[in-house]
Amino acid sequence: MSQTTAEKTGTAPEEPVAPKKKVALSEGKRAERRLGWLLCAPAAITMVAVTGWPILYSILLSMQRFDLKFPDRTEWIWFDNYVTVLSNPYWWNAVWVTVLLTVVTVAIELVLGMALALIMHRALVGRGIVRTTTLIPYGIVTVVAAFSWRFAWTPGTGYLAEALGGEPVLTEKIPALMVVGLAEIWKTTPFMALLLMAGLALVPDDLLKAAAMDGASAWQRFIKITVPIMKPAILVALLFRTLDAFRIFDNLFVLTAGSQGTSSVSMLTYNNLIKGLNLGIGSTMSVLIFIMVAIIAFVFIKLFGTAAPGSDDGGKR
Amino acid sequence: MAGIGGAETTGKKVGWGLLNAVVVIYALFPVLWIVSLSFKSSATLADGNFIPREWSLENYQNIFSTSEFTRALINSIGIAIIATAIAVVFGTMAAYAIARLDFPGKNLLVGVSLLIAMFPQVSLVSPLFEIERSLGLFDTWPGLILPYITFALPLAIYTLSAFFREIPWELEKAAKMDGATPGQAFRRVIAPLAAPGVFTTAILVFIFCWNDFLFAISLTSTEQSRTVPVALSFFTGSSQFEDPAGSIAAAAVVITIPIILFVLFFQRRIVAGLTSGAVKG
Repeated sequence: MSQTTAEKTGTAPEEPVAPKKKVALSEGKRAERRLGWLLCAPAAITMVAVTGWPILYSILLSMQRFDLKFPDRTEWIWFDNYVTVLSNPYWWNAVWVTVLLTVVTVAIELVLGMALALIMHRALVGRGIVRTTTLIPYGIVTVVAAFSWRFAWTPGTGYLAEALGGEPVLTEKIPALMVVGLAEIWKTTPFMALLLMAGLALVPDDLLKAAAMDGASAWQRFIKITVPIMKPAILVALLFRTLDAFRIFDNLFVLTAGSQGTSSVSMLTYNNLIKGLNLGIGSTMSVLIFIMVAIIAFVFIKLFGTAAPGSDDGGKR
Repeated sequence: MAGIGGAETTGKKVGWGLLNAVVVIYALFPVLWIVSLSFKSSATLADGNFIPREWSLENYQNIFSTSEFTRALINSIGIAIIATAIAVVFGTMAAYAIARLDFPGKNLLVGVSLLIAMFPQVSLVSPLFEIERSLGLFDTWPGLILPYITFALPLAIYTLSAFFREIPWELEKAAKMDGATPGQAFRRVIAPLAAPGVFTTAILVFIFCWNDFLFAISLTSTEQSRTVPVALSFFTGSSQFEDPAGSIAAAAVVITIPIILFVLFFQRRIVAGLTSGAVKG
């Protein structure tokens, strides 16, 4: 559309027949391009400067023996760091912990979030109160919420620990992971619910009423009408939450600090990098995490098809 | 008959009321617990009661009497506000261009910001740690502001471009017809209309910066630039207070207040902002 306008208003007299060839742009069109680049430049430059070079640099670092405790022993060792990390049981434990936490919490969040979204969408009374309070877990600083849970589960101090007979739950792997999962679910279910609620708003009421007239039960209406229409919203919510859950760090740091084999991949990387000052190994883990996240994102985007966020440029004209 | 209908709606209302109550309790009880903890006196801190037996302000007096917390609070506020301001300005410019203008490279920019939104932040921590040390940015405000802007920009660009698509653009055309350049149309006509969207985005970005822990703990090392979430986690280890739990709870409440206020006043806008970017009709 805009292309044809450009051709018409462009330098038509000088080049009467120039099919396929790029036609010189009109003054307005060129100004528009310039303005577009100019407006995007600060954002683009910042994003590329802060991520582009560091990503390359971390790949370079991952191929060196680089320990800040022994700076003179720095040398190129190519893929030895990868061998070290990938043959390390701590790494694999962290990978499994992260995958397990991600899958379990996101699955529970989807169910709870859908319930919460339906409540927020359909509530006859008190909709404002419900929406406002559900935003609190979303907005609250993760570290603050994590401390609240930690104190609640601390024997002596906490009401939850007292209620369960004063057993120290945070010092054993499985109970500790359950507490971490609980803290994650509490914090992020509202975000899931809000994304799903936006999808619910797209389901036409008339369709649901018609189905009810035809004798479809509430469950049938939900499965056969609501869920299919909401599918893009569900996939977006799942993608965002999965990638976010995969980076789990704050809750683990406060609740267990990665002890008793509860480290996630982020926690382990942090410990190697900032505590251990081993830049080579830390960067290797960074690159491996990046690859895993890329795989997850790729799988989701395959599922999305054209519904991927950002692929839509409708409405620009 | 009217009675039956009435009973049904009353029943429904009670049902909804109960459901709402469950949701409200779910959302609030960890918050109420930390508030309660912050008001316990040091003698009753470890009694395991949900409600304080003895109310006291000593935890608050403690945290505000040392620079460990007050300095972190200043850092948190300063860093979050500066990062939010810059990210929103850059984001507004880019989102306007994406929503309105036709230029090559637009899809690339959208793709790059989507990539950054999905990026595992820990993967940036290792190289940034080393780069910032060599540039002298480690443990400074700009050292944190830069990554915050970067990770806030995708959020800002998505939310804002969704808002910008809703604006009646005929007004812009009218302005151009009257002889305004695209730049003037942006400043005079569109910017005022876009202000609510920009404001919402600012709140979301602020919450993001305020919340961050990973960058803050990795790229700082002293009080000079430590933000509150990080300072909180250091109360535990080497603290001069009797029991850090009370101080942590009090500090936690202080940094939660702005978020609760935002949520109370701007609930509608925050919901609109969070959902607009995600689903496009």
